[in-house]
Amino acid sequence: MADNQLNLASSPRTHGRKYSRFPLPLFYGILLPLLLLVVLAGIGIGSTSIPWSIILRVAGAKLLPHHLTTSLTVSRSDEVIIWLIRVPRVIVAFFVGAGLATAGVIMQGLFRNPLAEPGIVGAGAGAVLGGVIAFVAGWSAKTAVMLPLFAMLGALVALGLVYLMATRGGITPAATLLLSGIATSALLGAISSLLLSINIINWQVAQEIVFWMMGGLDARSWTHVWLCAPFVLLGLGASMIQTRELDLLQLGEETAASLGVDVESSKRMLTLTAAVVTGAAIAVAGMVGFVGLIIPHAMRLILGPANRALLLASALSGGGFLVLCDIIARTIHPPTEIRLGIVTALFGGPLFIFLLLRQYRRGAAE
Amino acid sequence: MTTLEVRDVSVERSGRMILSQSSITTQTGELVALVGPNGSGKSTLLRVMAGVWQANAGSVLLGGQTLSSKSRHEVARRIALVPQDTHVDFDFTVGEIVSMGRYPHRRRFEAETAVDRKAVQAAARHCDIVDLLDRSISTLSGGERQRALIARSLAVQPEFILLDEPTASLDIEHTLEVMELSQSLVSAGHSVILATHDLNLAFRYATRIALLHSGRIVSNGPPNEVLMTDSLDKTFNVHAERIKTGTDSYIFNFFSDRKNSRFN
Repeated sequence: MADNQLNLASSPRTHGRKYSRFPLPLFYGILLPLLLLVVLAGIGIGSTSIPWSIILRVAGAKLLPHHLTTSLTVSRSDEVIIWLIRVPRVIVAFFVGAGLATAGVIMQGLFRNPLAEPGIVGAGAGAVLGGVIAFVAGWSAKTAVMLPLFAMLGALVALGLVYLMATRGGITPAATLLLSGIATSALLGAISSLLLSINIINWQVAQEIVFWMMGGLDARSWTHVWLCAPFVLLGLGASMIQTRELDLLQLGEETAASLGVDVESSKRMLTLTAAVVTGAAIAVAGMVGFVGLIIPHAMRLILGPANRALLLASALSGGGFLVLCDIIARTIHPPTEIRLGIVTALFGGPLFIFLLLRQYRRGAAE
Repeated sequence: MTTLEVRDVSVERSGRMILSQSSITTQTGELVALVGPNGSGKSTLLRVMAGVWQANAGSVLLGGQTLSSKSRHEVARRIALVPQDTHVDFDFTVGEIVSMGRYPHRRRFEAETAVDRKAVQAAARHCDIVDLLDRSISTLSGGERQRALIARSLAVQPEFILLDEPTASLDIEHTLEVMELSQSLVSAGHSVILATHDLNLAFRYATRIALLHSGRIVSNGPPNEVLMTDSLDKTFNVHAERIKTGTDSYIFNFFSDRKNSRFN
């Protein structure tokens, strides 16, 4: 009979172990040098390989006061390749990655779902359609600004539509927002595909559209830097201001409201921020997937879910990650460039699976 | 002594009246239990009292002034709510969750102060979760999680703590633990208003009970007077039995009315 008795005294009252996170100073101690390395590699590696000494000399000539740099001799071709081709491309890659990761953090936090991605409220599909319209109408050929402008406009119009559909009596439930976002994305995606099908005879336009829908950074100039970077910085700043509200929203809207958060206004501000940043990123790089999904997720596993640390870390790593992906895209199969969106998916997919498996294994061990 | 008064409040959602012309006054030092069938308006009443939902008619007064005349942060500093949905999707530590209770006390960009840390520590001690502060919330058991969330509401240092079915899904030991914790909060000078389905618990721990039915408060007063078999029969559509177990102490038993059972 004694065997049947439950041994209550030894049953653990609590389970699990203390929760450890990567210390922030050590994290940045590793990330920042890596970031510098990736950026230098992004400038140095390409069809013409450029030694680091020349990169630094060009950077010095461009950035330092004139009287200090008279001794720096740089050939015109090196200067053009570095300063007009490689540097803007790396900067655009960095800001696109940073923007998508920032928008990813916001969306995952807002929808309390680690699988949410930046384009989830329609902004991604809206930006793509905006761009496709600019291509089809021929406006994109007139000036370089037209395409990003239309993409940005598309993102905002899509977000407006989604919000209009999901709001009743001033209240926008997150679940409805998500569903109308998915529905709108599907519809706008279909319209983009329709425009592509209609124009398939005009192969030049069709090819441009397809390339753009797969994402890419070829021929990005300083104009694209100025079209993207300010919005990403603005979005990052705006979201950094709202990190505490974003944290509280993860306890549920009711709890957040009871703690004094203006839930509806916070949701509006955060979705608008994410949409603007997503729009700005897609406007200059086309549709680049996975960055906004895996970077915030990976950072959350390393640093924990508190959004203040998460946002900046995700923005910086997202930027570095995309610069790295772009290096791979242009070097893996020369002279052809692989589309950036394909590289992020090929690179990001397995990493995502690895992170998930590690998390499950850890969960099982507990 | 502060009062929290609900005056003739009606709440309509999606064209349906879910709380109609309800009035109740509570004051610090009370443990009020809201009881009633599913859909009777208990959660709605708590949300309105916390200022989370706006009433379509009537008003909620804190210390004689309407909630709408006060800032969100002031209301949040004085009335804390622990909703029934306690799901947290990301791996916040218990310490981070409890610290979030300090939100209404902090200005934007203001760093955590010594006062904030003290309040968090005091709340953790009161709820016996000091050892859990470094643990991820997702690894806690049901009872631990509920204590952690009550600690979050206590870190606010509010006068009123509203708990929506805090013992739902807890075993007997942890149910009693949460009720004793609620009682100790009242002794510490707070007022606790909680919704529950357990009439025996409500009877034992509450200083006052409000019985709700179809969005109305049908009875409100000392447990002994509110939990009468005839009103319970009518409200819950069952046959209630009140068994005396001592002076002024009873336990309640319930039977379905066999003739009305839809499965016969």
